[in-house]
Amino acid sequence: MKLIGEKGVKRILMLTAFSAISALLLIALFILNEGLPFIFKYGVKDFLFSSDWNPHLGKYGIYPMIVASLWVTFGALVIGAPLGVAGAFFLTEYVPKSIMRIIKPTIELLAAIPSVVYGFIGVMVLAPLIRNNFGGPGLSLLAASIILGIMILPTVISISIDSIMAVPQSYREGSLALGATTWQTIHMVTVKASKSGIIASIILGMGRAIGETMAVIMVAGNSVNIPHSPLDSVRTLTANIALEMSYATGLHRQALFATGVVLFIGIIILNSIASVVLRKRAVKK
Amino acid sequence: MFKKILVFSSALLLIAIMWGCGKGKTSITLAGSTAFQPFAEKLADQYMATNNNVVITVQGGGSAVGIQSANSGAAQIGMADLVTLPKEAKDLTATVVAKDGVAIVVNPLNKVTDLSTDQVRDIFNGKITNWKEVGGIDAPITVVSREAGSGTRSSFEQIVTGINLKKDALIQDSNGTIRETVANDANSIGYVSHGLINEKIKALKIDDQECTVENIVSGKYKLVRPIFLLVKGSLEGETKNFIDYILSDEGQKTIKAEGLLPAK
Repeated sequence: MKLIGEKGVKRILMLTAFSAISALLLIALFILNEGLPFIFKYGVKDFLFSSDWNPHLGKYGIYPMIVASLWVTFGALVIGAPLGVAGAFFLTEYVPKSIMRIIKPTIELLAAIPSVVYGFIGVMVLAPLIRNNFGGPGLSLLAASIILGIMILPTVISISIDSIMAVPQSYREGSLALGATTWQTIHMVTVKASKSGIIASIILGMGRAIGETMAVIMVAGNSVNIPHSPLDSVRTLTANIALEMSYATGLHRQALFATGVVLFIGIIILNSIASVVLRKRAVKK
Repeated sequence: MFKKILVFSSALLLIAIMWGCGKGKTSITLAGSTAFQPFAEKLADQYMATNNNVVITVQGGGSAVGIQSANSGAAQIGMADLVTLPKEAKDLTATVVAKDGVAIVVNPLNKVTDLSTDQVRDIFNGKITNWKEVGGIDAPITVVSREAGSGTRSSFEQIVTGINLKKDALIQDSNGTIRETVANDANSIGYVSHGLINEKIKALKIDDQECTVENIVSGKYKLVRPIFLLVKGSLEGETKNFIDYILSDEGQKTIKAEGLLPAK
């Protein structure tokens, strides 16, 4: 009786494990199957490097969207990464553990705020601020970068904190015993020892920024346009799919799936880099 | 093990099928135009209140989806708000059930009150970029448009003609978000369905014609599009009854009360 129960549990767990993997496989297959034929038919070069996106004239160049996605992500990192990493060091090195135990979950709550809410705040508060102080339409690359920069904070902070905490206490004690100040210990010892974890946190934050859709649609303005300044309105790859999917038929639909393929491959590359970096750290330990 | 799963899932399927048909109700699905969706929902509720043998489901998706799903049979009735129907719709029976004006809207703070069709075209094409060129203050114009494929956008472009939307126009994905954007930005211009005009935005006179119900019905205001219900094959059975209901006095009254214009 016990034996059967054991086997049964194993099978059920196996089934659930397979359901996750097969979902991933099915999604990947579906996107590739719908998108790849279009890319080859339309021409890889034309699709990726032409800046003419005009579905009703049969023009499908996603170059402006690729550029926009890269700029928005870069902007989010410029804002989110220094804030996140510095915050993580402050919380681990300067703040007593008992207080940190309260603050860290609070920061992680940021990740629980739905992206529509971030977008809403962006539209209602941030866009008018930018419009009135810097000019332009307000809904812009800058607004999207700031919103995404805040959205990646919990990812960057909590993974950074974990990797900083993983640095053995004896390293810090050694440094302090040699007469170094806390700041000297941080930038000469702790940063070096936790570097790979911090880089991984930034890469994971980057993955979040590239993939975010709802908040970006709301604050980026969505014009198919290669930005010349941070105040220009842009459309990212994700926004392009979400905006036009409901109306698209035929080739247009396939072009959106092909956009998904480009995005999918980009994110796979990022995640693989992150996991390689993280694994390196594990091996070093 | 696998046999058991097979038996269990087929039993589940059988129950689901019996559940669906067991009540002996006819089910009609409408899909398509988001501009007509709220009206269709209201009409469906009213129709179901008196005809309790019919279940009507209303889905959005946009005009393209309406045509597509009427063709594929995913929906019995497709909804589309286009000036002219594309060739994909040639096998579908189209019935005009309502009309909708497209209003060119600006922020209430904007001094400009009327534009000509040519000025509208030049603004959306990026030839006119400052409000002072059309009698307003010295401020850059922010153009707000809908995404490619939107019924409202294609109606707008077909009636104004010659639109080649400027590259840095903001794109919003619904009538409602266009209204919000224009309400928030004093220098913006956009277009929304007539039914969505409220005190937060100001509709402009086009070629000296105000966007009012009278002008739309009389044909003086030219930015008007029909709303089609599309059915595969000929109209018959419950589908016909429902469309007849929409065209009846009661149905048309609902359409008018909710902000759209009657078909006739």
